[in-house]
Amino acid sequence: MANPQSSAAVGQRSPKTAAAQTGSMGTIAPIAGWLVPGLGHFIQRRYIRGLLLMLAVFIMFFAGLAMQGKVYAFNTGDLLDILGFVGDLGSGLLYFLARSMDWGGGNIHRAVADYGTKYIVVAGLLNIIAAVDAHHIAIGKKP
Amino acid sequence: MTLELSHYNAALLFALCASTVFGITQRNTPKDMFRYGAYCFVLFAVGVIVASWAMWLIKH
Repeated sequence: MANPQSSAAVGQRSPKTAAAQTGSMGTIAPIAGWLVPGLGHFIQRRYIRGLLLMLAVFIMFFAGLAMQGKVYAFNTGDLLDILGFVGDLGSGLLYFLARSMDWGGGNIHRAVADYGTKYIVVAGLLNIIAAVDAHHIAIGKKP
Repeated sequence: MTLELSHYNAALLFALCASTVFGITQRNTPKDMFRYGAYCFVLFAVGVIVASWAMWLIKH
């Protein structure tokens, strides 16, 4: 279904310009959404959705860190560690912030720290879903 | 800062955040988003209880 807001805006521009802008937004929105959770929706004026997505990902990521969860570094070892890194990377700049600040060392002595590790991985995976949603909005597949 | 949550509270916080993202991304209208998010949250919460009892029964 075409996006009504995009369609209205498209009607005021030449088809060539509108297609170019839709195409560039289709690339920019998911990248922005990946780097900063919710930003892909914000730049398309979906403020409430963007805010809720941002809150959900931020809360999961920082709750995971507060539970002493582990932030995976790049590795070529165990398959689960590689997948953990890929999941963590989905958080975008949050991941790089955590790595640069040396957060997320993990704590094998606490059971809840394992939950924290999963929280951080799932925060990244949810952010990827949100970024794909921002792409769908940009190309008019979703209102 | 260290966050101390019980197992169930940790599961509920997880369910709340995941349901929010699922609701927003998997449905098109605000009403449907809210309903689907609530549906996912209830499934998460009830699923944890069912799984807990299943594990208890297996152990006993």
